[in-house]
Amino acid sequence: MDNYRKWIAFYTMMRKDVMRIFRIWVQTFLPSVITSVLYFLVFGTILGSRIGSMQGVPYMEFVIPGLVMMAIVTNAYANSSFTFFQSKFFARSIDELLVSPMPPWLMIAGFVSGGVIRGVLVGAIVLMVGIFFTGLHLTITNLAVILLFAILTSLVFALAGLVNGVYAKSIDAINIVPTFVLQPLTYLGGIFYSVHSLPHFAQYITYVNPLFYLINGFRYGFLGISDVSLSMAISILLGLIVLLVGINWYLIRTGLGLKQ
Amino acid sequence: MAFALEIKDLKKVYGNGVEALKGVTLEVPEGDFFALLGPNGAGKTTILGISTGLVNKTSGSVKVFGHDIDQEPELAKTFIGLVGQEINFNPFEKIIDVVVNQGGYYGIPRAEAVPRAEMLLRDLGLGDKMQSSGMQLSGGMKRRLMIARALIHKPKFLILDEPTAGVDVELRRGMWDYLKKLTQEGLTILLTTHYLEEAEQLAKHVAIINKGTIIVNDTIDKVLSMHTESGEAKEGYRGSKLEEVFLSLIHENK
Repeated sequence: MDNYRKWIAFYTMMRKDVMRIFRIWVQTFLPSVITSVLYFLVFGTILGSRIGSMQGVPYMEFVIPGLVMMAIVTNAYANSSFTFFQSKFFARSIDELLVSPMPPWLMIAGFVSGGVIRGVLVGAIVLMVGIFFTGLHLTITNLAVILLFAILTSLVFALAGLVNGVYAKSIDAINIVPTFVLQPLTYLGGIFYSVHSLPHFAQYITYVNPLFYLINGFRYGFLGISDVSLSMAISILLGLIVLLVGINWYLIRTGLGLKQ
Repeated sequence: MAFALEIKDLKKVYGNGVEALKGVTLEVPEGDFFALLGPNGAGKTTILGISTGLVNKTSGSVKVFGHDIDQEPELAKTFIGLVGQEINFNPFEKIIDVVVNQGGYYGIPRAEAVPRAEMLLRDLGLGDKMQSSGMQLSGGMKRRLMIARALIHKPKFLILDEPTAGVDVELRRGMWDYLKKLTQEGLTILLTTHYLEEAEQLAKHVAIINKGTIIVNDTIDKVLSMHTESGEAKEGYRGSKLEEVFLSLIHENK
């Protein structure tokens, strides 16, 4: 399979998933919009007015990057985990890919592409909703950093979702990780607060949460404030990408959880 | 002689300890119509699964047109089109998309894949169903869709795992004619089926597998010559020649 054919194969997977994402927009885009509106109402408008400011910026502006990042994480993850699981269990259409000459890395790229696109798109929608709540005010310190973190974070969680989808033996296994792992990590990753407002022991726990670095890096792109250095956050993202690509490649190459 | 498929000492032990293949050696000549027969659980689908990359083997070697599936898996797969035993396409997709997307996975651009898919679907009697979703098709139509999907990349070797299961007689005969036409055009076909008259009508070579071991592998004429007219019909019923040979061989190897 030459590079041109590999590109066609990748494009086919991406196109198919993107069309699915838009076809079922009520399931893919709308839930995050509704959730973010509720968060902005409760944490931004109602509680935010009492909190005042965080690290020198109005609380509503402080939480926007975190809530956008939360939407990116959950959507990128859900897309690749569910898409893969569905093709493995419900229709067994994963066979269409397994019999094809696509190498494992290309299948990974194809599955992950839909997650990245959905993550970034939903993130952009949530950001627009957030801007509405700040009275159309948005501070952007570094657009390149914002885009870099949005894309790399989508990639990390689309890859993580793919690992989940490959391994999952039942639909419960698809829901367990987002509920019991992803959600606590997201809430405790500094969406709603600065790490400096936590007691010391809680700060140490926060520092081992990878989402904390991603949210802070992303927030830096908007507000120019962060609890951690940008280089540290980018290094963690790149490290996670390498690790997750390796795990996915191993799983698909060997057929663990896929082939008998 | 060139071979589309060369299997040597193939063994498969599943995770639950079931020994599905006990050292199978099999060669499918290029251009042949080869029937692989056997009772349920004999190991037919396991052989096809390993050859197409859907099942991991325990040991042994498999080559497709001389390309080892371990050394050159991607290249070996380009030669194969698979029609699996189970319906395995997304039922929510339009059937034209099922076929065109499969072409995409083999690197065929849409501009080329769409007319080719339309032609295949028309040839297989699905011309008026192209915009329907998979779930709107009957069982026989689903089987034909899977044949069209397997042929989209113009494979040299078509593997059919019980393609006519649940298909009525008229449609089945139509599919036979279509498959015969394909072999005349040079396509190699490996077929598994429980309809033995189908194998008798179509195959040049027949292999019979039982409990993970090949018990017969010869030309259809030689296998049929094992039939003895004096054999008593079981419970008053007499099947085709191949059916009688098949049953006697399976009983001998029980």
